[in-house]
Amino acid sequence: ATVTRRLCILKGIYPHEPKHKKKVNKGSTAARTFYLLKDIKFLLHEPIVNKFREYKVFVRKLRKAYGKSEWSTVDRLKDNKPSYKLDHIVKERYPTFVDALRDLDDALSMCFLFSTFPRTGKCHVQTIQLCRRLAVEFLNYVIASRSLRKVFLSIKGIYYQAEVLGQPITWITPYTFAHDHPTDVDYRVMATFTEFYTTLLGFVNFRLYHSLNLLYPPKIDGQADVELKPTEGKEYAMDSESYLERLSALSASLARVVAPTHDDEVEMDEFPVEGETAEQMDARRKEQEALEKHKKLFEGLRFFLNREVPREPLAFIIRCFGGQVSWDKSLCIGATYDVSDPSITHQIVDRPRVERQVVGRYYLQPQWVFDSVNAKLCLPVADYFPGVLLPPHLSPFVTEQEGDYIPPEKLKLLAMQRGENPDEESEGEDEEEEEEEDDNDKEDEEEGDESEKEEEMKLKKMEEQKTQTNKVLPVKVTAGKLRLEDRQRLEQEQQSEEKRLAIMMMKKREKYLYKKIMFGKKRKVREANKLAAKRKAHDTAVKEERKKSKKAQQA
Amino acid sequence: LLTPLAPISAKRRPLPSPQTDPLPSAPLQDIRNTVGNIPMEWYQDFPHIGYNLEGKRIYKPIRNKDELDMFLEKMENPDYWRTVQDKMTGADIKLTDEQVELVHRLQKGQFGDVHFNPYEPAVDFFTHEVMIHPVTNRPADKRSFIPSLIEKEKVSKLVHAIKMGWIKPRKPKDDTPTYYDLWAHEDPNSILGRHKMHVPAPKMKLPGHEESYNPPPEYLLSEEEKLAWEQQEPAERKLNFVPQQYRCLRAVPAYSRFIHERFERCLDLYLCPRQRKMRVNVDPEDLIPKLPKPRDLQPFPTTQALVYRGHTSLVRCLSVSPSGQWLVSGSDDCTVRFWEVCTARCLKTLPVGGVVKSVAWNPNPTVCLVAVCVEQSVLLVNPCLGDKLLYGATDQLLESYEAPEEERVQPVQWATATVEEHSKGVRLVVQHSKAVKQVTWHGKGDYFASVVSDNSNMQVLIHQTSKRWSQNPFRKSKGLVQCVLFHPIRPYFFVATQRYVRVYNLLKQELTKKLMTNCKWVSSMAVHPGGDNVICGSYDSKLAWFDLDLSTRPYQLLRHHKKALRSVAFHKRYPLFASGSDDGTVIVCHGMVYNDLLQNPLLVPVKVLKGHVTTLDLGVLDVLFHPTQPWVFSSGADGTVRLYT
Repeated sequence: ATVTRRLCILKGIYPHEPKHKKKVNKGSTAARTFYLLKDIKFLLHEPIVNKFREYKVFVRKLRKAYGKSEWSTVDRLKDNKPSYKLDHIVKERYPTFVDALRDLDDALSMCFLFSTFPRTGKCHVQTIQLCRRLAVEFLNYVIASRSLRKVFLSIKGIYYQAEVLGQPITWITPYTFAHDHPTDVDYRVMATFTEFYTTLLGFVNFRLYHSLNLLYPPKIDGQADVELKPTEGKEYAMDSESYLERLSALSASLARVVAPTHDDEVEMDEFPVEGETAEQMDARRKEQEALEKHKKLFEGLRFFLNREVPREPLAFIIRCFGGQVSWDKSLCIGATYDVSDPSITHQIVDRPRVERQVVGRYYLQPQWVFDSVNAKLCLPVADYFPGVLLPPHLSPFVTEQEGDYIPPEKLKLLAMQRGENPDEESEGEDEEEEEEEDDNDKEDEEEGDESEKEEEMKLKKMEEQKTQTNKVLPVKVTAGKLRLEDRQRLEQEQQSEEKRLAIMMMKKREKYLYKKIMFGKKRKVREANKLAAKRKAHDTAVKEERKKSKKAQQA
Repeated sequence: LLTPLAPISAKRRPLPSPQTDPLPSAPLQDIRNTVGNIPMEWYQDFPHIGYNLEGKRIYKPIRNKDELDMFLEKMENPDYWRTVQDKMTGADIKLTDEQVELVHRLQKGQFGDVHFNPYEPAVDFFTHEVMIHPVTNRPADKRSFIPSLIEKEKVSKLVHAIKMGWIKPRKPKDDTPTYYDLWAHEDPNSILGRHKMHVPAPKMKLPGHEESYNPPPEYLLSEEEKLAWEQQEPAERKLNFVPQQYRCLRAVPAYSRFIHERFERCLDLYLCPRQRKMRVNVDPEDLIPKLPKPRDLQPFPTTQALVYRGHTSLVRCLSVSPSGQWLVSGSDDCTVRFWEVCTARCLKTLPVGGVVKSVAWNPNPTVCLVAVCVEQSVLLVNPCLGDKLLYGATDQLLESYEAPEEERVQPVQWATATVEEHSKGVRLVVQHSKAVKQVTWHGKGDYFASVVSDNSNMQVLIHQTSKRWSQNPFRKSKGLVQCVLFHPIRPYFFVATQRYVRVYNLLKQELTKKLMTNCKWVSSMAVHPGGDNVICGSYDSKLAWFDLDLSTRPYQLLRHHKKALRSVAFHKRYPLFASGSDDGTVIVCHGMVYNDLLQNPLLVPVKVLKGHVTTLDLGVLDVLFHPTQPWVFSSGADGTVRLYT
């Protein structure tokens, strides 16, 4: 069973839901997993099955030799330890490179997770080291190609999204704390996945490095190497490890196969795509320009990371957008300049107060870096000073559609991106919006009222009719009142009635679908309204508190 | 004295230190402990510490030195620094100068002996130069020129093992790099057969604002929401975490379920069946069928015009005179009332002494006669309304009957009304053996059919008024008959049982069609005046429209009502039909039948008429169209009859 499981994982075979469950399951509808017969036959033909068998035999022989204390046999067996490669499976599962990129999300997340595991216990040390190496290589590639697009600090970990060859690749890294390893997780399954993912990621890295003319395995650029080696390398770590450590410091650029020429940016020739109007072309060009600008977001800025700040993610992000970054020499290898360097423009601090401040640089909380990257512009720094209550950190992965709830901070941000003055207009907008919302509410209420009124009127009329029919004698003619009929409303009513009648005529299936869609829509609206109401309540509460505190101050 | 002792101590303790060096004490009193090199803590609990050369116990010195004494000694005794305690005897020993010197030398890593020279000139005994004479003159061993047997054995074993394939030669080291350009020759078309139906794994959902470490305040859960979240099943939760807010990045803890979530993702990847689900991406407005606007299909009744009050119980049945001037209604309060349609006045009340199940006005405009079902009998009533000539003629027509000579065996008994009854308007009484459910007239107005609630073949009877003669058309019962109808033009007879409607040809006396209604229980039926279309209402709130030319299955099954349908009706002139239901509404639909056989009928609901109050879970019991005007009558369980115009 374990072999089958491994094979299924490696070959990417998943169960299928049969079309007629009862037919396949001998009449019962109990939950069972079904694989296609073809898939299982496909597994049987896999050459790696024999390798697995060989390995099993090898383990048996080795155990026997150990039992008999035949050390020479043990040595001989170990020399001939069977090994297998997953190259052909990778190629088979991902016939093209783009396919592989599309499926890279899980591979990256898994590698990043495994690289944070302790070196003892849960899995082989080699696996962890390999994962770490591949992850660091990928990070270095992202820095070199400047392909990072979005970052997000969630309570689960840090999400990154890079765009590689037009494919968005999202991965999550956990915060750097020791894991409390759960007992109800089968690490063997995860290890099998990791085995495949490391192979995949290695090949992808190779290809990516070559696409940028970088050496693979990566070499740190010559000049930086010379600077670093004599001073820190030896006292910091063993020679074998220092290389990876220096690479993972993410502070040095990588060596290229061909020395980079300075006018590196070849202007792309533009070919007008057929069927594309000038406007579309213009929009595309604008987008391209915005992208270029985004890539150079931190160009010319020099950052310094305090020791309480998570070094790796911040160094990675800052380097991805062209900034220079350094940290305390004792914190990690690869620091390029000192705290006292006067050219530092931003110092990232995550403590409530900074004791000695140097004039000429901003002291900012780390969220500024993340928010700036997501906003595609350097945000005003005032909100992010140390000890200040931070503005909410919004997810860059949410694109609000029409009718969705948009938090006011996002509206502000959008206004800022459009180049409007954020302080005055956005607030005005907010207020307007609020007003609009109020209006809407009122309208709704009015509508409700109106319908109720109508009903009342009808009832009254009917009663009148009744009285008229019953009591024929006391006939009394009163002056008729001119009822102003709202044409529009009447028309609307008529339309709605028509619609209702038409809905009656729908086929059963369509009606079901229609009802479902409408239910979903209504639920969406309800949720958005709920959020808006919550926000409103919160804002008023905050305002009142502020007023109170002001009054208290005045008193 | 020192020199012989030093090697001994060096032998015993390879790393001597000044404190623990067990040098024997002064030579005068040679207390030698004979216990040997044992851990001294074995003697911890004894008063003695070992045995001397004579075999006497060596007692531990009486220890009464406390911290203070120690300190004083340290301060006062100038030789304190060179005093050590002998573990073997427990006595304090003051080191001599030579001993101190020795300790110093050892600490420096020098030899203990002062006179030992470690750097003596080396004597080159076996030189590197080849001498002419051997150093030893021993002849070579025999084993040096005879091949070894043991080795031979071993080698032959190995050879055998190699021959048998038990031992494999060491594999050459694989020199190919682990990673290379795997996609160097990629061919986008080289997709394996299996991959044709391969569904790539869906990506994980991207996080929203609520997952942020510092989300906007509206995304945080309130107390009730948190409680609700905790009480939900983990699989049902919309979010698999509780949104939380931290003041700064430093305060964010590790997420305890990180490995879990990765593992669950792995499980999803290899254990979840994948299916391509086509998301229905349609505009809901497109789903609504495009129908002609009701405004263009006028006339049809739109508003409630009149309410006919008077009945005190549910009004079960209605019928209109062929002229459209009079309305008759039968009710559970054991009366039949006659109304004038235009004024809603009750002109006549006829107490009949039983629940009225059905009334039917004779469709012949020259005859003024109403058939009323009361319990086991059908009364033929002359309401004496309208033209006096007309109803007088009707009476004459009835009286002109002459009984035939020979008495014929009839399933029912025909009787003329008593005088008392006659004054009320009852002319004839057709006495059945069981309770009568329904009565309906043939279009010509001479024949009428009645339905008896019975299980035998006597359920349906056809009567001829002029000859006062009845017959039972069916030999066998085909199920519980719900209602019967005459075809308006041709000699067909419709019989609705619970699930089927059978169409009989009365002339040929055979079954022509059997319509499958697809309903559980048919409640009512109506025939289009053209005669080619039939509608059936059923208690499972469906209305089936049959096109007799098309098929025996419903052309359309309309589910407009929310509750059981009680009655359906066609208009005689206008393309309208109506259905009344227990939910208290009457739905009027436009049902256009084209003369062109190729064109299917057009069914459009045009109006939902409300007005009846549901009582006892019953709403509208009967609907009926005015014969000439686009008006519809409805009778309800609330004891009223309403007219919509």
